[in-house]
Amino acid sequence: MSNLAISVGNVVKSFPAGDTRTYALKGATLDAKFGELLMIVGPSGCGKTTLLSVICGTLKCEEGTLGVFDHDLRKMKDAQITKFRCENVGFIFQQFNLIPTLTAVENASVPLILNGVSTSESARRAAKVLTDVGLGDKLHSYPSQLSGGQLQRVAISRALVHEPRLIICDEPTASLDAATGQKTMDLLKSSALQPDRCVIVVTHDNRIYHFADRIAEMEDGRVTGITNDPKDYHHL
Amino acid sequence: MLEIALKMLFRDRAKYAMLICGLAFCSLLMCQQCSVFCGIMMWTTATVRNIGAPVWVVDAKVEQANEVIPMRQIEVDRVRSVPGVAWAVPLYIGIEQARLSDGSFQNVQLTGLDTGTLTGRPMDMHAGRIGDLRLPNAVVVDQVAVEKFRRKGIRIELGTTFEINDKEARVVGLCHVNRSFLGQPYIYTTFDRAMEYAKPARKQLSYVLAAPVPGVTDEELAERINRLPGLRAITKDNLFWLTVWWYIKNTGIPISFGTVVLLGIIVGIAIAGQTFYLFVHDNLRYLAAFKAMGAGMPTLASMVLLQAFSVGFIGYGIGVGLASWFGNAVLAKETPPFFMPWQVPAFVAVVTLFICSFSALIGLVKVARLEPAIVFR
Repeated sequence: MSNLAISVGNVVKSFPAGDTRTYALKGATLDAKFGELLMIVGPSGCGKTTLLSVICGTLKCEEGTLGVFDHDLRKMKDAQITKFRCENVGFIFQQFNLIPTLTAVENASVPLILNGVSTSESARRAAKVLTDVGLGDKLHSYPSQLSGGQLQRVAISRALVHEPRLIICDEPTASLDAATGQKTMDLLKSSALQPDRCVIVVTHDNRIYHFADRIAEMEDGRVTGITNDPKDYHHL
Repeated sequence: MLEIALKMLFRDRAKYAMLICGLAFCSLLMCQQCSVFCGIMMWTTATVRNIGAPVWVVDAKVEQANEVIPMRQIEVDRVRSVPGVAWAVPLYIGIEQARLSDGSFQNVQLTGLDTGTLTGRPMDMHAGRIGDLRLPNAVVVDQVAVEKFRRKGIRIELGTTFEINDKEARVVGLCHVNRSFLGQPYIYTTFDRAMEYAKPARKQLSYVLAAPVPGVTDEELAERINRLPGLRAITKDNLFWLTVWWYIKNTGIPISFGTVVLLGIIVGIAIAGQTFYLFVHDNLRYLAAFKAMGAGMPTLASMVLLQAFSVGFIGYGIGVGLASWFGNAVLAKETPPFFMPWQVPAFVAVVTLFICSFSALIGLVKVARLEPAIVFR
């Protein structure tokens, strides 16, 4: 098995803006390896989230190459990409996107249910993951009854419960205070990072750069540099 | 995911309650108004249903059961002469004035039954015997007469006397029959005595009731009688529907009730459609998250449809249940009229289904256009 999990080459993505088009990605190129936590950083509007969306298949690019786990996403049909995402991708969102009317265990079990696991088995496995992240006593709490850090831990559980090979994190610490952000990243790195898994984090938060194995810097729709030693990275 | 969809719906209590209330109110309004309309239509055919003869012979110009064009009594014999007639008897029906013992007046629907056979007699006798109608000045009165007279302070019982067109009538029986459209009490007597009570006229025969011999259908007999000039023979079922359709075409009743039913539909669409749209709109971000996590359009569509039809089913059940409860409550008093044939709840179910489909559709359009990438915004 190649150590390369994701290979993005010269990807172009644009959006309509009136009579013209705005280019969010202007030939972005990026590789991600198995067993690494890759951070994508850069100023607002530089195309970080668009690149993340293209990598996980929620947005289609217009040009370039896009390989995820030996799958050419550009050649796959919508239904195939949806199934691929269902099986292989776990999501952690900035706003958590937990369903307010579902309990923690119900929220965390959604990816398993989408993968065809029975409700009872999904709940059992989700409860185990939640317990592993320290929320064993909050299984039946609703999101409104949880703190920001607890919400993000539910979101992490949801991202990990079906054991995906790619974890996509969009600003995972943006809604958290500094201490909780550190704890969340600790948890993410310890529980999410596996030799057969790749974690990609888009962030603005320079307080968490040291958790990365590599940092890709973006500007104006392109990846402008890769840093292999994040501990010294205070560029932004 | 369907279980998740139901949890999302049921636990969003404010919107769930709003949706249920909207659909229940809409179902109640449609079901109750349609049933009252059907009840009124049933009132218009009370005479046909009370008498129950298989074939009714009337003047050729008559269009419905409550329109009486008097005929000559000889028409009974003409009908009897038609091959295939087992029996044919006269029937008198006319509005007469009854004067009560306190001097007050009450319009009544005088029904003169064939003296020999009492064909068309009331089947549900509460007191007395129908055979006593052959006694002098004997009449049988219905429950409406008892009620209307009671309101005027007069208690009707066996032996009570009053006057019809200045001639004495003595109550020998109390019966229960279907109420008439105009709410006038039915007073039963024999045909011969009805001729005495009625104001003198050259023609006094209202209907000829007939029945076919075995082997001849009602329709065949009606067709044979229709060959007689000046007469029109109609089977009981046809007369029922002719009467109903006459009232639908010639009165404002359907427009009045139709308007309320339409309002019910509009209110249902407005409340349920709008609330469900808001429900889907509020959940759009979460549906997008599901989409990003790998839920396909069929999964999301089935979730939205299940949510829409669940509230529809529950709202419909509550609405029809309330309408039935209302119906049961008013049936005891017989006013307002209430009749709920299976077609009414079926119609309401179809309309509710339409409202839910419409609500789901506008939600689904939103979901179909949903970019899963919005979860990153």
